[in-house]
Parts: sequence; structure tokens; C-alpha cells
Amino acid sequence: MRAPDTDDILLQVERVALSFGGVKALRDVSFNIRKGEIRAIIGPNGAGKTSMLNVINGFYRPNHGAITFKGRTRAKMQPFEAARGGIARTFQNVALFKGMSALDNIMAGRTLKVRCGVLWQLLRFGPALAEEVEHRRKVEEIIDFLEIETIRKVPVGRLPYGLQKRVELGRALAMEPDLLLLDEPMAGMNLEEKEDMSRFIMDVNNHFGTTIALIEHDMAVVMDLSDRVAVLDHGVKIADGTPDEVKRSQTVIDAYLGIAH
Amino acid sequence: MLYREAGQFKTTYAEDMAIFPIRQDRIALAILLGIAFIGVPLLATFRIWPFGSDYLLWAILLPFLILALAAIGTNILVGYCGQISLGSGAFMAIGAYSAYKLATGVHIPLASLGFAIAIPPLPVLASILLGGFMSAGVGILFGIPSLRIKGLYLAVATLAAQFFFDWAFLRLPWFTNYAPSGSVNAPELDFFGVVVRTPVERYLLCLLFVTVLAVLAKNLVRGNLGRQWMAIRDMDIAAELIGIRPLYAKLTAFAVSSFIIGVAGALWGFVYLGSWEPLAFSIERSLDLLFMVIIGGLGSIMGSFIGAAFILIVPILLNVLPTELGLPLSTQTITHLQFIIFGSLICYLLIKEPHGFARLISIGKEKLRLWPFPY
Repeated sequence: MRAPDTDDILLQVERVALSFGGVKALRDVSFNIRKGEIRAIIGPNGAGKTSMLNVINGFYRPNHGAITFKGRTRAKMQPFEAARGGIARTFQNVALFKGMSALDNIMAGRTLKVRCGVLWQLLRFGPALAEEVEHRRKVEEIIDFLEIETIRKVPVGRLPYGLQKRVELGRALAMEPDLLLLDEPMAGMNLEEKEDMSRFIMDVNNHFGTTIALIEHDMAVVMDLSDRVAVLDHGVKIADGTPDEVKRSQTVIDAYLGIAH
Repeated sequence: MLYREAGQFKTTYAEDMAIFPIRQDRIALAILLGIAFIGVPLLATFRIWPFGSDYLLWAILLPFLILALAAIGTNILVGYCGQISLGSGAFMAIGAYSAYKLATGVHIPLASLGFAIAIPPLPVLASILLGGFMSAGVGILFGIPSLRIKGLYLAVATLAAQFFFDWAFLRLPWFTNYAPSGSVNAPELDFFGVVVRTPVERYLLCLLFVTVLAVLAKNLVRGNLGRQWMAIRDMDIAAELIGIRPLYAKLTAFAVSSFIIGVAGALWGFVYLGSWEPLAFSIERSLDLLFMVIIGGLGSIMGSFIGAAFILIVPILLNVLPTELGLPLSTQTITHLQFIIFGSLICYLLIKEPHGFARLISIGKEKLRLWPFPY
């Protein structure tokens, strides 16, 4: 694992609050993500973990607070800006383009890297074709990496769940992100699939140096994979630190197991 | 056994990304193009069966080509980008009337300002293409609501376009150059000195337009823009988060789709009808195009051709068949029967294969690859 540089903060979330009507999903949550680390966000159901990711990549608009990404501070992110800035994302319940093949899904992830204009694409000739081949080569590298060669031309709607999750990770990787947000990448998987996915996540972090923020419920996975863990409960950050620190925190144990009265 | 790709190895990504990566498909396409570009004109020129009269060219092939083109346009918007449109007929009309105005010279009197905008008559080819661009512009305008509304609601918004332009071309005499009957006559089809008159020439002209535009459309849909359209169709939120701008993707789909439909409309008026009234582009035309796309296969260029053929040819066949078979039926009964059979055929097809002919063919191909073994 790449040693995280303590001074190098990629993303800083400051006092972000988000509410839906009367429900307070996030209450003044602050935390940061360092360049090159694997950062886990955990918490019981309804703690506001997914809301946090949605705020980070601009899908939700926080009521107040600030997000500093790559040195630029904003009150909120725009989804398009977040994508262009290098934030990629996978979803809790797979959000693939169902009618398209696995290959096309991952190719779609290259959208922001496409340089040729529509007129060239129309002719699909010369530089346009060369560029398309180049993107295909990059995408094939990802396909190799994720070991999904055999299903590249299958419409993703027909794939089993575990493979869909992998294709979704591939689509996010195709964006060559600086920050990868994974929302429960291992939900609903069996042990073997979880091991595969953990390996992919660690390899992404090692080989590409991608910073990863992940939400996961499997504590064994979280404790093994992550460099630092933030714990949310009812929209409040109740703990933050290395896996060992978090494991020993009495507040965290109480949040998960309840307090004896 | 014939349809096998065994032994056809692709060594480059470019080969694998070709329109027809399988050799047999390429051969079939070459034969089809050969028949369309050489066979049909030869047979028609020498009046060899089945081209003894011009009926097959005029009543079937010519409208088939133009409607297939319009169906490709509709498919880009509805099938690829997932924006339901009931205004295709209106965009055909915009293409046709714009081309007509440009070909006969545009004169906009601005009396209050004391001068007039006058554009001299343009050549036919320029008029047809500019008619397409005019349609694209209006398409973008009517595509703006799609950023806010989706699905059936958007369909209703595009229906508004249909009714508005039906009304405009019927009631505003400026569009028809103040023709008292409201119908307009297309100018002579002069392409840089080559005048297109006979049915064979008209057929070749349309074939050329359709082939070129179909290839360009295919290039777009298998390139990045096409992937953006399909991404918006399948999951717009995820599309936005990978950096696709919905505004750009949707409006380009409206523009490209309306352009193709506009050109088809101009061809329909200029090459097929010759003279026409606003009724030629009514809501029925829009519905026909939508049916073609649904039955042919949403999100398939080839499906657009098959759908157009089905919607156009089956009613004609049903009309002609009883007489050919010598059944003693009155023309009225035949017409009623035609509606009944055609309607139930559509129902049957959609129940059997909701994804249309294009999917049927791809399933067929899958099976054929393995034939005679089941696996």
C-alpha cells in the first residue's frame, strides 16, 4: 500500500449539513481524504453514508458547509464538474446502462477523455478512428484487469449481479479518476466474490495510485482494506481514525450494538 | 453451417469494431447493395419482371427508402436516446416546406422597418440539406423541454410541435407562397445540371441519400456520441456522474434526429410526392414512424429499415393478395380485413418479441452460428 502523505489532502469536507424536510441526513460532518489512501465510511443503516457520497460528487446539494477538492473550495459540487475533476463513483444498487454491452458501458466511461468532435465521429475516419481504437485499448486493459474478457459483448442486463458490480467498477476506472467513491462494492456477494473485489480495490489503489473512499458493511473487509475509517451514526460523525482506533472506540461499539440501559 | 465465424480472427481493435465484423454479413450486405444500386435500376430500365410497370418502384421502393430514412431519424431520438417523440411528421414537414421555400426563393417583407430580406432561389441539393438543418434547429428548440420532462409527458410536448406546424403550414399562406389551394409544387430536381425525372432516377437519388445518411448515422451511434445517448436513455443519473451532460446529449439527439427526418421530409415532398398539402405530414405520419421504430427494433439502424418495410408493405400485400388469389371479396371487405389482420399481426409480433425485428434477427443469427447443434 502506498504510504499516505499526511499533508496531502485531496478532499476536505467541512461542516456539511443536509436535510430532507425534517429528516437530518447529515449534521455538520467534517472529514478529509488524503491522497493515495483507502478511506472507509461505515455506520449503521440510515447513518447518512450514501448521502455523504452524494454530496461529494454533487448529486445532493448540502444545506451548508464547504467541500474542498484539489485545493478549490465550493459550497456544492456539480455532478459534471465532479466528474471532470476526477471523481468517479459506483452505486449501491448497480446503476449500469442496461441496454448496452459491458464493453460499451466501460467505453462510455471514457466520454470525458474523447477529444474528437462530432464531425469526426460522424466520419469515423483518420483521427477519430485512431482515437476510438486508443480508447478501446485502454478499456481492454481494464477488462483484462477485472478479468471480464468473456463477457465484454454481453448486454449487462443479462449478467449476474457480481459481474455487474465488476463492470460498474470498470466503468468508473475508465474515467481514470483521482478519487473513486465505492458505495457498498461487496453488498450481496459471496465470500469468493468479496475476496476478488477486495483484491481489485487494493490493486487499483496500488497500481493506479487512485484514492478510494468506500462504504461497506462487512467489517472484516473494512478493517483489512482501509487506512482510515470514519464512522457515521444518525448523520453525525462519531469516530474517525485508523481501523484499530475505531475498533476500540466505545461510542462506535455503542452505536452498533446499542447501549445497555 | 454457412453462418460461422470460426477461423475469422481479428488481430486489431479496428477490425473488431467494424460495422459488420463477420465476413458472411459483409458478403450479404455487398450483395444487397449490388442489387439495390445495379440490379434494380437495370431491371427497371429494361422493364424485366417484377419491374414490368413502374408500380413497384413508385408505390413501394421509393416510399420505403424515404420512410426508412425518417425511421432512422426517429430511432436516433426514440430508440437510442430514449426521448419519446410524436412530432416526427412535423419535422418532415419542416424539412419539406423549408426546402420548398429555399428552392423558390425566400422573401420576408419587413414593412415596418422599410426593407425586406430576400434570398434568391437556391439549388435543389442545397435546399434539401438546408431544409434538414432548419428542421434540426426547430428540433433543438422543441428538445429543450426534454431537460425537464420525461417519458409520456415529453411525448405530449412533442405532440404540441406536431399540431403547431400542422396549423402553421395550413394557415400561414407565406409558407405555401400564397398558393390559393394551399398545396405546393416541388421545383425541378436539377442537381448541377443532372435533372432527375424518371422513377429510376428518383429511386437512385433516394437510395444515395439513404445509404450515405444511414452510414453516417451508424457511425454516430457506435461512437462516443451514440454511447452518450444510450447512457442517457438507460440511466441518466449515472450518465451525469461519469461526465455526460444531459443537455448536450439530449439536444444533439434532437438535432441529429430532426436533421435526418427533415431531409427525409424534403425528399418525400420533392422526389416522391412532387406536389403536396400539409396533410401529407399529419399526426398519422408521426405515428407510422413510431410504429416502424418499435416494430423494427428500438436502438437499431437496420431495424428502422425492417420496420419501414413492414409498416409499408404488409398493408399493400394484404390489399393485393385476395385479388391475386382470386378470392371473391369486395374491395370494402378487403380494406376491413386489411386493418384487422394488420392490427393483430402487430399485436402478435409485439407479444412474441417486444424488442422488434432487429432482436429477432440477432437471436436468429446466434442460433444460426451454432446450427445444427443446439449449443
